[in-house]
Amino acid sequence: MAEVLVVVEASQAAGVKKVTLEMLTIARGLGEVSAVVLGGSGAAAQFAEKLGEYGATKIYAGEGEEVDGYLVAPKATAVAELVKRVQPAAVLIASSQEGKEIAGRLAVKLDNGLLTDAVELAADGTATQVVFAGAAIVKSKVTKGLPIVTIRPNSITPEPAPASPAVEQLTVVATDADKLTKVVERVAEQKGSRPELTEASIVVSGGRGVASADNFKVVEEIADLLGGAVGASRAAVDSGYYPHQFQVGQTGKTVSPQLYVAIGISGAIQHRAGMQTSKTIVAVNKDAEAPIFELADYGVVGDLNKVVPQAAEEIRKRK
Amino acid sequence: MNIVVLVKQVPDSGAERTLSASDNTVERGSANNVINEMDEYAIEEALKIKEAHGGEVTVLTMGPERATESIRKALSMGPDKAVHVQDDALHGSCAVATSKVLATALGTLNADLIICGAESTDGRVQVLPHMIAERLGIAALTGARKLTVDGAQLTAERQTDEGYEVVTAATPAVVSVWDTINEPRYPSFKGIMAAKKKPVQTLSLADLGVAADEVGAAGATSAVVEFAKRPVRTAGTKVVDEGEGGVQLVQYLVTEKFV
Repeated sequence: MAEVLVVVEASQAAGVKKVTLEMLTIARGLGEVSAVVLGGSGAAAQFAEKLGEYGATKIYAGEGEEVDGYLVAPKATAVAELVKRVQPAAVLIASSQEGKEIAGRLAVKLDNGLLTDAVELAADGTATQVVFAGAAIVKSKVTKGLPIVTIRPNSITPEPAPASPAVEQLTVVATDADKLTKVVERVAEQKGSRPELTEASIVVSGGRGVASADNFKVVEEIADLLGGAVGASRAAVDSGYYPHQFQVGQTGKTVSPQLYVAIGISGAIQHRAGMQTSKTIVAVNKDAEAPIFELADYGVVGDLNKVVPQAAEEIRKRK
Repeated sequence: MNIVVLVKQVPDSGAERTLSASDNTVERGSANNVINEMDEYAIEEALKIKEAHGGEVTVLTMGPERATESIRKALSMGPDKAVHVQDDALHGSCAVATSKVLATALGTLNADLIICGAESTDGRVQVLPHMIAERLGIAALTGARKLTVDGAQLTAERQTDEGYEVVTAATPAVVSVWDTINEPRYPSFKGIMAAKKKPVQTLSLADLGVAADEVGAAGATSAVVEFAKRPVRTAGTKVVDEGEGGVQLVQYLVTEKFV
């Protein structure tokens, strides 16, 4: 059985990301699963146990400054060399910014097609994508070369399948062109222990109605009680209430959690584009005519500053 | 500094969008087409750099004839001229082919700096900047929320899930920007009038020396097999808070097993 390469999405701080476990699960339906770890020295050792738990039978490790000190390009070179050598049945990469960028460079290097933002991948390489802000479902195939597919987080439930992967160290030789963009600093801004926005099974977002940066604590409080991530609408981000990396919508993150709680968000199409594939949607808004109520499974028309703290108190009582 | 801004015309993301039933490509004929929103931030960034460091700003668009509307709109913000790659054979081009055409066109423009939006609102694929950099063998600084130009040295803050990365490179380079980088200007009346007279050069595939079978449906490296509209979400229960709204909300969450 041919190998399927899964390019691991992980960070030192967050460990192996959930989307990686989803990719490992999907890959098992396509062939023998090999994980490709690209990062700083020791990355593969840090992630090996988790990757094995979800079915990686082999780990290729491309580590060190040559890979990690430059933006994206050396990683694409490493994957391209590996593809040429092992001739995998498919390459799965996370639908993160960096994942898509690796996929893009890989496609050019191999003169190969690629598909991004798949939520499903069939054994024959047919990918399912949700497009146009959740308005349509598309099935696509790579028609030139092998399937290079990026997988959107929260697409499937990862299933363990324990294996004991052997680690093979790759010698990554980055070209001069790969080294043109240096990464001089990596700065962590996200605080606390909240789950990552695109991977969280519960997301609580605040909008313009939250009315101030300070008042976002109302949103954060209920998010923490539910064990969820915090998001924000573009209006809230543009008003300076919350940082941009938490923006949900057409020009921000696309999330697809089990539960999405929209607080003080009117539900403009810009926002809906990023959240309407959520399984259950709950909304609190003082305007009974707000478009968010058209897609909410449960809506409360009222003052968020009364409704949300009361809900938080009620959750505390029940715990 | 010679700056080229990549501008894409896309169907308005505020209206209903679909794929064409005849060939499964994005329906552009009946749609209200606009400049991809993120590209307006790219134009603004280019103009700011020109204002601070001198040089020239060129808009580069690949698209059908009607993309001319978006080119004129882009020019009304202030760029000096435009290049429009237009050829019927380009219809249905995949990202790989698009990057080939744009990279070839860029090869004729001798740009120090290529700026584009981080993604388009139609495909949201995000791969073009790195594909172009890969083809041209130049630096890519993508996902910038802040860009500093110091002579030929570029420094960008690249937005990440955890925070940001500081990345540096020398020109020539491709930079892609998010909408946090600046506040695009509105075209002035004077700008709109001036845009009508600015030069727009049209290039065909033959002009670029790209074969027709390398692009469009003929040269596509991926294909849509089928598409269907997703069922529209319907409104569920809506209650008006009369003092117990928060409690009712939690009761719902308990019923659905989230609490």
